[in-house]
Amino acid sequence: MREVAIIGVGLSQWGEIWGSSLRSLWTEAALAALADAGIDRVDTITVGSMSPGLFVGQEHLGALLADEIGMAGVPATRVESACASGGVSLKAAFAEVASGLASIALATGVEKMTDVSGDECTAALATAADAELEVFHGATFPGLYALMARAHMERYGTTREQLAMVAVKNHKHGSLNPRAQYRQVITVNDVVRSARVADPLNVLDCSPITDGAAAVVLAEIGLARKLAKGRPVVRIAGIGHATDCIALHNRPDMTTIPATTKAAERALAMAGKRPQDMHLVELHDCFTIAEIVVLESLGLCAPGEGGKQAESGRTALGGALPVNVSGGLKSKGHPVGATGIAQIVELTTQLRGEAGKRQVAGAKLGLAQNMGGTGASTVVTVVEVAS
Amino acid sequence: MSLNPARVAREFPSRYRLEAARCSGCGRVAFPARLVCPHCRGTVLSPVTLHPDGKVVTFTVIHVPPAEFKGQSPYVLAVVELEAGVRMTCQIVDVDPLAVQTGMQVRLEFRRIQEDGEAGVIAYGHKAVPA
Repeated sequence: MREVAIIGVGLSQWGEIWGSSLRSLWTEAALAALADAGIDRVDTITVGSMSPGLFVGQEHLGALLADEIGMAGVPATRVESACASGGVSLKAAFAEVASGLASIALATGVEKMTDVSGDECTAALATAADAELEVFHGATFPGLYALMARAHMERYGTTREQLAMVAVKNHKHGSLNPRAQYRQVITVNDVVRSARVADPLNVLDCSPITDGAAAVVLAEIGLARKLAKGRPVVRIAGIGHATDCIALHNRPDMTTIPATTKAAERALAMAGKRPQDMHLVELHDCFTIAEIVVLESLGLCAPGEGGKQAESGRTALGGALPVNVSGGLKSKGHPVGATGIAQIVELTTQLRGEAGKRQVAGAKLGLAQNMGGTGASTVVTVVEVAS
Repeated sequence: MSLNPARVAREFPSRYRLEAARCSGCGRVAFPARLVCPHCRGTVLSPVTLHPDGKVVTFTVIHVPPAEFKGQSPYVLAVVELEAGVRMTCQIVDVDPLAVQTGMQVRLEFRRIQEDGEAGVIAYGHKAVPA
């Protein structure tokens, strides 16, 4: 297998972007990544998108978007694994470059979520849960994560305030990120007093609805070194992917996400690293409880200790293990198919030392965790500065 | 979710009769019935009807419901464990949401779950009530 590096990164505007379509958001991100890489051709394109059919009435994104940037003819494929669509897009592109099928790949993700009403958006997102066993009975995504939250609170004594501290931390981080959707600093009290969604989760425990796209250019490492122009070369040291039953109730222990543990074991084994080696982590905080559970499932703290990580300051910028310095899904925004790629954009920016006010000093090694549904699909990626 | 009549009808065995499948290889029960045992990949499974008694494993109170459930909120949504370790997600009704607790004994009853407008399909299934 060939070594693969990230030679370009790009984001579109993120937020409620009523003036931009799916294709214009995607084009903005793709062109930014190509310009950052300093190239004008690619051998293959992957597009992670969860549900363009329901959100904008458009499938067949691969060909549509290749043509949109004047690359009709290039093989282009949409891949889908709910909110892990970005992660599987990265993995698909990685596999093509690592195998030699392609030398340069454009790995992207996009979701245009605000062309539909709130109810239609809820229904589209709910398709990531089990339609027959969960959604039929009135389940929503906040509701399913609330089931996990209560299980975690009752088993480990995790508190309502500890959940809130995850949102407070990530908003503080997001306030330093010019691309974040919600840049205001919030307090524990704001979260605890915000509107109820699914007990114990309130609206400020939930990531927002976001329009946005993200793109990275991958290349074989020899080519990446030639194009580096003095910047650090960031390589994908490991990538792991795992699945689980999608109905939450069929998992014996609802306080952990086994697919995240398995994906992390695979990625870390490929990279030859341990969880505690990481300088920073971008993880899938779609709800506050998700950050707590994922920290444990990744082996970054012991089971039951997740609630204490934001509380102690360990996971804040300046702490021993900064988590979601981009603002995370909570503050930066969560255009579901784009999120997994955007995490790689953030890690690459950090490893190049170009992250401005939110820069993690000396960051050379980072991990991204992207999941779909209640964690039934997870992709974990380890990136490092190539020596 | 679309309440296509054929879709609703083919779910009758699990929704109307709590039919599950017991694997002859490992003895575990899958609900609804499946063709392949998710635990041991055995393919010899025999029908079994579940008893409607269970207990609450975890629960939430949904305040922001999907469009189809707007008339029902706030409602309690729970994971309920039946015999043989079989778990399902369903509502708990006929109870003050503040009185629901983990470990509470419940019994499944046959109820209306959702309907597709005034002239459309009505979908039935199980909701739990305090035992």
